[in-house]
Amino acid sequence: MTAELVRGQNHTLPQTRLEIRISAGTPVVAGATLGDENGRVAGVEWIAHPGSPQLHGLEVSRQAAADHRLAVDLDALPDGVHRVTVLLALPLDAGGPARFGAVASPFVAVTGLDGAEIATFTLTGLDSESAVAALELYRRQGAWKVRAVGQGYAGGLAAMLADQGVDRAAELAGTIQEAVARGLARSVAPPPPRTPEGDRVRHAQAPASAPGSGQPSVPPAPPATPPQPEPLAEPAAPGPINYAHPRRQSTAPPPPPAAPPAQPGQPAQPVAGDATGWSMDERLYNQVWGMFEDLARAAAAYRSAVDFAESRMDQELERTLSDPRSRIGGAGDRAREEARAKRDELTARARESLDRDLTQLAAESAVVEPALPAPYAGWDNPVWHGYRVPMEIPMALRIGDLHLPESADLRIPLLVRLPLERGMWIDSGRTASEAAALAGADQLRRLAMETAVLHAARLLAVYPPNEFTVHVIDPAGSAAGPLDPLVRSGVLPSPPATGAQGVSSVLAHLTRRVDLVQMAIRAGAADSLPPDLDPAEQLLIVNDFPHGFDDRAVTQLRYLADEGPSVGVHLMMVADREEASEYGPILDPLWRSLLRVTPVADDHLADPWVGHAWTYEPPRTPPGSAVLDEVLARVAHARRTGHR
Amino acid sequence: MTVNMTKGQAISLQKSDGGTLTAVRMGLGWQAAPRRGLFGSRTREIDLDASAVLFADKQPVDVVFFRHLTSDDGSVRHTGDNLVGGAGSGGDDEAILVDLQRVPVHIDQIVFTVNSFTGQTFQEVQNAFCRIVDETNGQELARYTLDGGGQYTAQIMAKVHRAGNAWKMTAIGSPANGRTFQDLMPAILPHL
Repeated sequence: MTAELVRGQNHTLPQTRLEIRISAGTPVVAGATLGDENGRVAGVEWIAHPGSPQLHGLEVSRQAAADHRLAVDLDALPDGVHRVTVLLALPLDAGGPARFGAVASPFVAVTGLDGAEIATFTLTGLDSESAVAALELYRRQGAWKVRAVGQGYAGGLAAMLADQGVDRAAELAGTIQEAVARGLARSVAPPPPRTPEGDRVRHAQAPASAPGSGQPSVPPAPPATPPQPEPLAEPAAPGPINYAHPRRQSTAPPPPPAAPPAQPGQPAQPVAGDATGWSMDERLYNQVWGMFEDLARAAAAYRSAVDFAESRMDQELERTLSDPRSRIGGAGDRAREEARAKRDELTARARESLDRDLTQLAAESAVVEPALPAPYAGWDNPVWHGYRVPMEIPMALRIGDLHLPESADLRIPLLVRLPLERGMWIDSGRTASEAAALAGADQLRRLAMETAVLHAARLLAVYPPNEFTVHVIDPAGSAAGPLDPLVRSGVLPSPPATGAQGVSSVLAHLTRRVDLVQMAIRAGAADSLPPDLDPAEQLLIVNDFPHGFDDRAVTQLRYLADEGPSVGVHLMMVADREEASEYGPILDPLWRSLLRVTPVADDHLADPWVGHAWTYEPPRTPPGSAVLDEVLARVAHARRTGHR
Repeated sequence: MTVNMTKGQAISLQKSDGGTLTAVRMGLGWQAAPRRGLFGSRTREIDLDASAVLFADKQPVDVVFFRHLTSDDGSVRHTGDNLVGGAGSGGDDEAILVDLQRVPVHIDQIVFTVNSFTGQTFQEVQNAFCRIVDETNGQELARYTLDGGGQYTAQIMAKVHRAGNAWKMTAIGSPANGRTFQDLMPAILPHL
C-alpha cells in the first residue's frame, strides 16, 4: 500500500532499485545530489543535473519536463554516499513561471521498477521558491529510507546548492540552467499529456494512513487538513498574494469530447462523456444520471399523453351513449369510431416522439456503456477482464440496472455514490414480481445471498487495497455455497461467523469500532485510535436474519444501521421482512435506513423526478464466466502484498 | 425587433426565415416601488412568482411553479424562485424555459401567469415586465409592461398554443387576483 507522506515524514524502502516519478503542471528541472553521512556534498561530481545527468547508480533527465522518471540503484552508489536528495527547480529563461506558488503543486512518487508506488508526496505550500529539495533517500542502520522534505529556496538553485555545502554554488547553478536552456531549445514537442496511468495516481490530499507510522487515520473522518509544518525556508519577501488554491489544479478541466457535427435534420451523434465534470469519471457519472432523467421524463410525457387520450375517448363514448340522437341509425357507431380514431391518432403520435427519444438514448447508451470504467460497468463489460486494483475510491458504483416497461432494452446503470451513504437490504422474500413468483423460496434465498456476494465483491474491487473490509455473519452456516467465492479467494479477514458466539463477537467488534471512531471524531483526535483498529470501511453481510439473533444482537444491528454509515460501517442485510416481522415495528427504522434491492428483477425503485416504478435488475456475472474469481484473486493478492 | 404587445394580440412564433421556434423563455422582472416621503429608502420586499400551466384540451395536466420547477416531461423548466425582485438591474428575475419540441403531443396550450405572493398590488411594483424571448438567439419576441396595473395581485400574461405544426403566442394581459396559480384557475379558463 502506498504511503502518502507529509512533510518531514519518513518511510522504509523495501528495495534498492527504485524509480522516482515527478509530475508537475509545468516543465521543471530535476536533479539529485549525493551527500556523505553529514549530509555534505563532496563536490560537483556528486551532483546529477541536466548538464551531467549520469552518476553511478543514478540518472536524471537532460531537460526540463513536466514529468520525470529518475532511475535510482541505491546499491550502485559510491560507498561514502549516505544521502540522495532529489531537487526540483524552475527553468530560468523559459518564459515560464518563476515561482512554485504560481504552478500546480508538484507530485513525487517513489516506485518500484514495476511501477508500484511505495511512497508519494505532494509538495504543497510553496510560494516564492524557485527551487525545492523534494525528497531525501537516506541510509539508516544499513537500511534505506525515504523522507519527504519539501524545503523550498526563494534564492533558487544557487541557494539550495550552497545550503548543501557545494563550493561555487552560484556558478554551478548557472551551468545547470544553461544546460536546461540548451535542452529546451532542442526539444520541440510540448510535455507529453498525462497518461491515463498518471491520472490514476492519487493527487488529492486524503488523510494519510501510512503503514508503519502507527497512526491509522479514519477514512470517513471529515475532510482532514494534513498537518502542514511551517515552511523551513526563509519567509518569502512580501509580494503579491497568490490566490491560487494550493491543492487545486490551476488548469481548467480538459474540455469534454466534442460531438461530431450533426447531419442537417438529424440529432447530434451522442458521445461518451458528454456532460460536465472535472474528470472523465465525473462526466460519465453525470451523463448516466442525465440519461436516467431524460428517460424518466420522456416516459412521463408518453404516459401523460396516453392517459389523456384514453380519458378523452371515455368521455366521448359516454357522451354518445347519453345522446338520444346517437341511438338511431349509424350516428352512434360513427361517433364511437371517431372517438377511438382520435385516441389512436394521439397515442400514435405520443409513441412516435417517445420512439424518437428512445432511439437517441439507445444510441447514447451504446457509446456510453463501453466507455464506462469498471466501477460503473456491469460484470459483462470487458473492462473487468483488464481489472487492476485501483489506487483511489471511485466516485460511484453501479449496483444494478434500471429499465421501464416502455423500453425494456434500454438499461440505465444505477450508480450510487461512494462512500456508501446507507447500507443495503437484499430482499430474500417473495415479492410481487413475476421472476420472484417463478423461483422457489429456497432458490430465492440462495439468489439473494449470491447477489450479496456480487455486491460485496464489487465494493472490494473498487476500493484501494485494504481500504474495504467485509465481514459475514451466517449463523446457521446455510450460505456456505454462495459465500464460497469470497471465502476461497481469501478476501475475508476471517471466515463467516457462525453460531450465537460468532454472531455476538462480530457485532461486538463492529459496535466497538463505531463507538471508538465516533468518540475520536467528537474529540477531534482521529489519530489516537488504537493501532489494532482497522481504518478501512467495513461491510457486514448478515444472512438468515432473524434466525439465531437474540434481542441484544438485534439492538446492535439497529445501532450499526443508525450510527455506522457516518463512520464507515455499513450493513448488508439478506433477509425477508415478513420473517422479521415477529419483532414488530421496532425494526421498521432498520428497513427504512437501508436501500432495498432484490435478487431478481423487480419494479420497486422510484426515480427522484417523476416517481415512475423502475424495474431493478441486480448485477449478474455472465454464465460460465470466471470474472468474479479473477477479480477477487487480484483483490486478495493486493490485500496480502499491500500494493498492486 | 421587439413587439410591444397589447391585450389580445396574437403573434405567431415563426421566425422571419420561416423556420419555427424551438425554445422560448418567458422572463419576468420587477423592482419594488419605493415608498414616498420620509424613510423612502425602506422599500418593502415584493415577491412575484411566474408560473406556467400546461393544458390538454382545456384540462390542466401539469404546472410549473416555484414548488415544482420542472414539468414531469421535462419540457418546461422554471429557473427558480426569486423572492425580492431585481435591485434595479432590469433583467429577468424569474424565467420559465419552454422547449417547444419536447412538449408532449397532447399539450396544446401553455398559459403563463404572474402572481404577487406577498400580496402587494401591481401599483406598488416598478419596472415590471414580462417578455418572451427566442432562446436560440436571445431575440426578444414580445414584451408586456406590467406597471400601473392597478389594484390587482395577479395577471394572466400570455399563452402559447399549437396552431397546426407550429406554435403561436397570444397576449392575454388579463388582470386577476390571487396568491398562487391555483387561485387563478377560474380566471384562466375563459382564455383557453
